[in-house]
Amino acid sequence: MSAILIVEQVLNGLQFGVMLFLMAAGLTLIFGVMGLINLAHGSLYMVGAFVAATVAGLTGSFLLALIAAMAAAAMAGAVIEMSVIRRLYHTDHLDQVLATFALILIFSEGTRAIFGSFPLYLDTPALLSGPVTLPLGIEYPRYRLALIAAGLAVALGLWLLIAKTRIGIQIRAGENDREMIAALGVDIRTLYTFVFALGAALAGLAGALVGAIQSVQVGMGEPVLILAFVVIVIGGIGSIKGAFVGALIVGLTDTLGGIFLPELFKLFMEPASATQIGASLSSMAIYLLMAAVLIWRPTGLYGVRA
Amino acid sequence: MTLKGILLSASMIALAGAATAETRIGMITTLSGGGASLGIDVRDGFLLAMEQAGRDDITLIVEDDEQAPDVAVQLADRMIQAEDVDIMTGIIWSNLAMAVVPSVTAQGVFYLSPNAGPSQLAGRGCNPNYFNVAWQNDNLHEAAGAYANSAGYSNSFILAPNYPAGQDALAGYKRFYEGELAGELYTQLGQTDYAAEIAQIRASGADSVFFFLPGGMGISFLRQYGDSGLDIPVIGPAFSFDQNILQAVGADALGVVNTSQWSPDLDNEANAAFVAAYQEAYGRLPSLYASQGFDTANLILSALEVASPADDPDAFREALRAADFVSTRGDFAFGPNHHPIQDIYVREVVQEGDIFTNRLVGVALEDRGDAYAAECQM
Amino acid sequence: MSREGYVNAALVAALIGVPLWAHLAGEPFTITLATRAVIFALAAVGLNLALGLGGMVSFGHAVFFGLGGYAMGILAHHAQNFLPLYDGLFLIEGTKSMPVIWLVAITVSALAALLIGLLSLRTSGVYFIMITLAFGQMFYYFTISWSAYGGEDGLSIWVRNGFPGLNTLDPIQFYALCFTLLCAALWLTHRIARSPFGLMLNATRQVPHRVETVGLDGQRAKLVVFVISGAITGLAGALFADLNRFVSPTMFSWHMSGEIMIFVILGGVARLFGPVAGAVLFVAMEHVLGDLSDYWHIYLGALLLGIVLFARGGVVGLLAGRAKSHD
Repeated sequence: MSAILIVEQVLNGLQFGVMLFLMAAGLTLIFGVMGLINLAHGSLYMVGAFVAATVAGLTGSFLLALIAAMAAAAMAGAVIEMSVIRRLYHTDHLDQVLATFALILIFSEGTRAIFGSFPLYLDTPALLSGPVTLPLGIEYPRYRLALIAAGLAVALGLWLLIAKTRIGIQIRAGENDREMIAALGVDIRTLYTFVFALGAALAGLAGALVGAIQSVQVGMGEPVLILAFVVIVIGGIGSIKGAFVGALIVGLTDTLGGIFLPELFKLFMEPASATQIGASLSSMAIYLLMAAVLIWRPTGLYGVRA
Repeated sequence: MTLKGILLSASMIALAGAATAETRIGMITTLSGGGASLGIDVRDGFLLAMEQAGRDDITLIVEDDEQAPDVAVQLADRMIQAEDVDIMTGIIWSNLAMAVVPSVTAQGVFYLSPNAGPSQLAGRGCNPNYFNVAWQNDNLHEAAGAYANSAGYSNSFILAPNYPAGQDALAGYKRFYEGELAGELYTQLGQTDYAAEIAQIRASGADSVFFFLPGGMGISFLRQYGDSGLDIPVIGPAFSFDQNILQAVGADALGVVNTSQWSPDLDNEANAAFVAAYQEAYGRLPSLYASQGFDTANLILSALEVASPADDPDAFREALRAADFVSTRGDFAFGPNHHPIQDIYVREVVQEGDIFTNRLVGVALEDRGDAYAAECQM
Repeated sequence: MSREGYVNAALVAALIGVPLWAHLAGEPFTITLATRAVIFALAAVGLNLALGLGGMVSFGHAVFFGLGGYAMGILAHHAQNFLPLYDGLFLIEGTKSMPVIWLVAITVSALAALLIGLLSLRTSGVYFIMITLAFGQMFYYFTISWSAYGGEDGLSIWVRNGFPGLNTLDPIQFYALCFTLLCAALWLTHRIARSPFGLMLNATRQVPHRVETVGLDGQRAKLVVFVISGAITGLAGALFADLNRFVSPTMFSWHMSGEIMIFVILGGVARLFGPVAGAVLFVAMEHVLGDLSDYWHIYLGALLLGIVLFARGGVVGLLAGRAKSHD
């Protein structure tokens, strides 16, 4: 196995990781600030992808599609926050799980009722299609490089928002002491709606970006949702930094595990069964990792001690 | 996506009022969730044939299995226990077929598979009441292997999801393919990102790529493969190139060779009439699934001309076995295990106006049966 | 009798009366539906022990449901194909006998619950939810690629397993068997909740520090109840497999875990008959709504949402008012 292949696989893992971060950042913010488990986050990802595919189909502009996807997801997020989620902040996790599970059903079948059962098509923009040659002679798809850059840019922007702006101070304060910031005169309802819509917009953006290289179909949000949960649990729930580190760990483990585990087993097994066992183990790898992290640090890598 | 549970979306489609010797057909297929497009096509093809026949003594009951085995089993129980059906059909997925078919045929009901053809049901688990009107699961992969030989490929990279149908696919390809393997990979079921696999293909020095990735997985793979700038030729079974998927893959599929027992431009009278009528009725081109649904219905109709399954099951079975109907595939016959003996074609993806579709380029295997017929004893 | 008592009695009457009526009226499918509801109820009674009594929100109970199912599937698969299960130092044959299968299902799920509980109970809150989910996913992906027992295709069992003295192929007899097991599990739950052990668990859930202070080991009590909970859900899995004559990895999926949880919440957490009411209502809703529209999941979602938002305490809570044992 050549060094070039390994570098390329690391890039792939990185790209997968930053996309997971877009999903996980919203989830972890929503949990950190409002204490809410949102299973419907994957549905917002799906909304983003469907809206992007529709707008791109109508206008032919990828940029417009991205903006529309974020706007639609943010709007959908704000609507469900104000109509349903708001009533769940003071209930226990059990009710939240059930209510947001119900939202998944409504979103999935609703999307199918509106867009039909066939997968939609969303193309990468012409500017970013095709491969680019990196140093060392690595051929790498231009669009995937753009995804890595976009993901890192969003991470940076999010960090600036939370560390440097007034609203970021309110968010951080909200994570620590809800009653206190309400007492200080911060409009907590608007803050919550904003945080939820922000998380939704990030999920919508991820859906639109990823939709261009995958298939846009009903149910696409659920595998990503589970992975995003794994990410925030590994990173420590409520921590943006944890979500970032967790996303990269999960992205790299999943990608590299799928490549190297079968190779590892080939060293002492016949190739056919080695590929199969290696593949089985690699599909379990991130869950094993998550269980191991939790047993080692019961509140994740950067989680607040309970 | 969907909650599993019993689903009784009873879309009772009574083609006409009750007549004297009524035949009741139960169709369980996937009409919701990510795999719905296949089930919808099978159903629409089947309905088209039924409407064309215009018989008023057939009642068809269609139910959605949500692609969940336990739902399918419940529906089958209900159709047999409460609806008293004589014939069942419709299941798309092998795992659902394995859950439903053995108990259906054991209860004396006929089952005609319009899509799934798991090896167990073709071999040791074959049954006189079970007929497969589509293909044995390995067939299209075998044809891809045969095509690779004739195209002069000698170093294939092959990949499929890590589940039984995926393992069968690679085995089927290797059964006919005579060259070397540049690599063999199992991906995760439902995987949507193939960057890592594509990088391995690039590094492997392969001269051809064979993949079996049904549904959304295939869309993702082809899109990402096209974007990677790799130009190693790709071969696959028709499942990743059916009429509905192609529109979502777009230009990345152009020129890709795939194997199928049917193609919209297959040159026979029945097929031309079918394609035209289907477009007229539903406003879209038929997929291979639609053709399989259409053929299944016509096979049933041809046997009903001879005997009623309720009154004389033995005569009805013989009539099915004779396969005396005009197939959209041209020649069609059943082997000893009630699986098709048919030609498998090579197609190429082309663009016609805004629509992506398939065109025939040749025959991969002639009069192909399957590898399991010898194990079948009935 | 309290109002909750009347609700419970009405439920039991319906679970005896409706299948009996269906049997006499020649409606076997209604009995199949009722059997499904009763088996789901049994799985949910198991989860309710962990959830209601122990306060452990397990999002991975599908593990035990699936293990129970595969215990049945593997034993019956070997028996129907006359392949020995283990042929080394001694010989183990498969079996088609329900009591043996149940025993194996209970033992295997209890062992798995012990292991998962030992590891997961180091965490709490959302982390507990997520680590149990992770275990569920591990089993799910493992069974999908485990080709020896069918992988994603699962295992089909041609004929339902037998029980001495009964004809399990007759829907009403199989129903009676499942219903009896449900009653036994309810009785066990009732006894546990009323025992000193149950009182201690209740206290551990509400004020863990005080329990530790008086020198009781709350964590161990939680582990014990988690194991019992897993074993009951495992038994339900074996019955579910026998109802369908089929097992597949979907029994391990997170949807399954979510559904079992829904039965409990729908009916009312920590109510003795909550899981039963929830499972019955869920199966009935699927049956009725499925007839209305192709997009019936939307209505199901809306109904669930309505129950969470406006009927806290589930259906039993709605009908019977606030629980007396609470607070």
